[in-house]
Amino acid sequence: MSEREKILEIKHLKTYFPIKGTLFKGKAGLVKAVDDISFDVFKGETLGIVGESGSGKSTLGRTILRLTEPTDGEIIFEGNHLEHLGNRQLQNHRQHMQMVFQDPFASLNPRMRVEQLVGEPIAVQKILSKAERTKKVESLIEKVGLPKEALAKFPHEFSGGQRQRIGIARALSMNPKFIIADEPVSALDVSVQSQVLNLMLDLQEEFNLTYLFISHDLSVVKHISDRVGVMYLGRIVEIGPKHDIYNNPLHPYTQALLSAIPVVNFEKKREKIELSGEPPSPSDPPTGCAFHTRCPKAFDRCKVERPELIHIEIGQQVACHLYSQEDNKKFSNAESKVLELTKLN
Amino acid sequence: MESPQLHIEPSKSTNDQLLEVKGLKTYFHIGKGKIAKAVDDVSFAIKKGETVALVGESGSGKSITSLSIMRLIPSPPGEIVEGSISLEGRDLLSLSEDDMTKVRGNEIGMIFQEPMTSLDPVFTIGNQIVESLMKHQKLKKKEAYEKAVDLLKIVGFARAEKIIKEYPHQLSGGMRQRVMIAIAMSNNPKLLIADEPTTALDVTVQAQILNLMIDMKEQFGSSILLITHDMGVVAETADRVLVMYGGQIVEEAPVRDLFLKTKHPYTTALLRTIPNIDVDLKRLESIPGNVPPAHLFPKGCRFAARCTHAMAKCLEEIPRLLEIENNHKVRCHLYASEGGAVE
Repeated sequence: MSEREKILEIKHLKTYFPIKGTLFKGKAGLVKAVDDISFDVFKGETLGIVGESGSGKSTLGRTILRLTEPTDGEIIFEGNHLEHLGNRQLQNHRQHMQMVFQDPFASLNPRMRVEQLVGEPIAVQKILSKAERTKKVESLIEKVGLPKEALAKFPHEFSGGQRQRIGIARALSMNPKFIIADEPVSALDVSVQSQVLNLMLDLQEEFNLTYLFISHDLSVVKHISDRVGVMYLGRIVEIGPKHDIYNNPLHPYTQALLSAIPVVNFEKKREKIELSGEPPSPSDPPTGCAFHTRCPKAFDRCKVERPELIHIEIGQQVACHLYSQEDNKKFSNAESKVLELTKLN
Repeated sequence: MESPQLHIEPSKSTNDQLLEVKGLKTYFHIGKGKIAKAVDDVSFAIKKGETVALVGESGSGKSITSLSIMRLIPSPPGEIVEGSISLEGRDLLSLSEDDMTKVRGNEIGMIFQEPMTSLDPVFTIGNQIVESLMKHQKLKKKEAYEKAVDLLKIVGFARAEKIIKEYPHQLSGGMRQRVMIAIAMSNNPKLLIADEPTTALDVTVQAQILNLMIDMKEQFGSSILLITHDMGVVAETADRVLVMYGGQIVEEAPVRDLFLKTKHPYTTALLRTIPNIDVDLKRLESIPGNVPPAHLFPKGCRFAARCTHAMAKCLEEIPRLLEIENNHKVRCHLYASEGGAVE
């Protein structure tokens, strides 16, 4: 599709969590938090991952960094397989991959001063002398827009937005190439949220960073991303260039998700697709397509067969039986659905 | 003062104002003689059947305003130091605690952001609704139980008979919020105060809950005070909007005017910082600096330090909330008749 250089390849990644059997229910199950996900991330881009709570988007981010162990699949970072590496070998690669967390109140050690917080990853890697380290920390703090005086302070002395800046400085301290940001602005007020988003965009340009930006907020993801992947119950249901996803969503879930966002628009009233019910529990996902229980366009095939991600012309990839018309013929009520769809488009 | 009427018949009052808040000041004594002016001279009114949105960032005083109306300010350290709050002409601040308890739940219903913390984890959903109905409507247990099932059906539970026997932890966030709405609406309140009711929910569920609130409002003829920071939610649900900053209302307008004829520099800046799904922008605008904490408010306009239009006068004097167009009020020296021409 593209000649761009891949920085990360994810192939058939699975992260399952066992559910412990209880006293009365002996049978243990599995939560398939990440269930057979494949995608590439290209150098210098921002791939946004959106999904509702329980969709597995945070587990996906953590698994890529191996903060959570994958059950199966491949994680290839700059050509190197990470999924089987031992701790020491992993450390060499990990310095290029950093994470920014949602809650800047919980992710910074309250007993450490900013200087220690930002300098700690450098100290762990033992590559710089103490004086070099101090200089580096000072320049990082400046880069994220905090005054030098901040270095001697503790996290509680800062507002949420400032703490997130400290979190970002800490992530940058290892000169990473790739940053996974998990809901980095969700805990912030809107006026501060935009400051942090702008900072992330500036830093991306300056340091040629690649971002995997995980969020439930579709407007924020649209703003910051080049490409977007939509998750539902552990799987990617649609992925592609941002403008294709937002202007021409193909998956019924993406369509519903986009239509549900409240918007400020008094000229044209958006038609809302209201989904019935709530996302099913990931410990007991529906058979076939996981979305069929809420999908307004579901037909027989959706209940029995899981759709794979397929390319639709040049735009996005989508995992939905509506778009594999050939195979639909054997399902009785499929024809009308396909017709309906062609009318819609 | 007239004697409090504590039944739930619709009032025959000719005045169409349901709630009137005048000059409300809620201060917190935070030690060492310091005072946080969380709500500082707030006045507004809500008409019958109207949905009014109260917007602002954290620390702007929007939640303290709603808690003041319910008289749920923890005291000490909090204290309503001045002002009046009246519901259909009845002064809530002078009611006895017993009478106020009857107003809460009966005449004013409330929904909070996190339904898990507002539902009691050791009682079934049914118990909690039945308790509210028995207490406020003096129903017998059996009647209350039947009404609870009906209510759960109204808020969209197909299998209400099953849900009624479950505990809060067995439900999802959206389901719990439906239960909260069922409890809040169970006594047919005149006013529903909803404090960030959908902030903790997913967008697809948020849409369901907002629709439900609007249906309920129409069905029961209630008014809604909707506290939120989400401008999209405001645009889609509110009739009128109050914008708070630093414990004060800085702008008040009908919803279209607020978005299309924005006056206050803070509102303008706030609207520009929000990523809009319909608009592509390279960079978002941001407001430099932070909201000042409530014990360190400056002498003049509280937004002056972050305002691109600030003048000398803004640092000296708090502007008054003035009506400059039909139903459009703004608290800003740029619009004061004397001095301070626009730009």
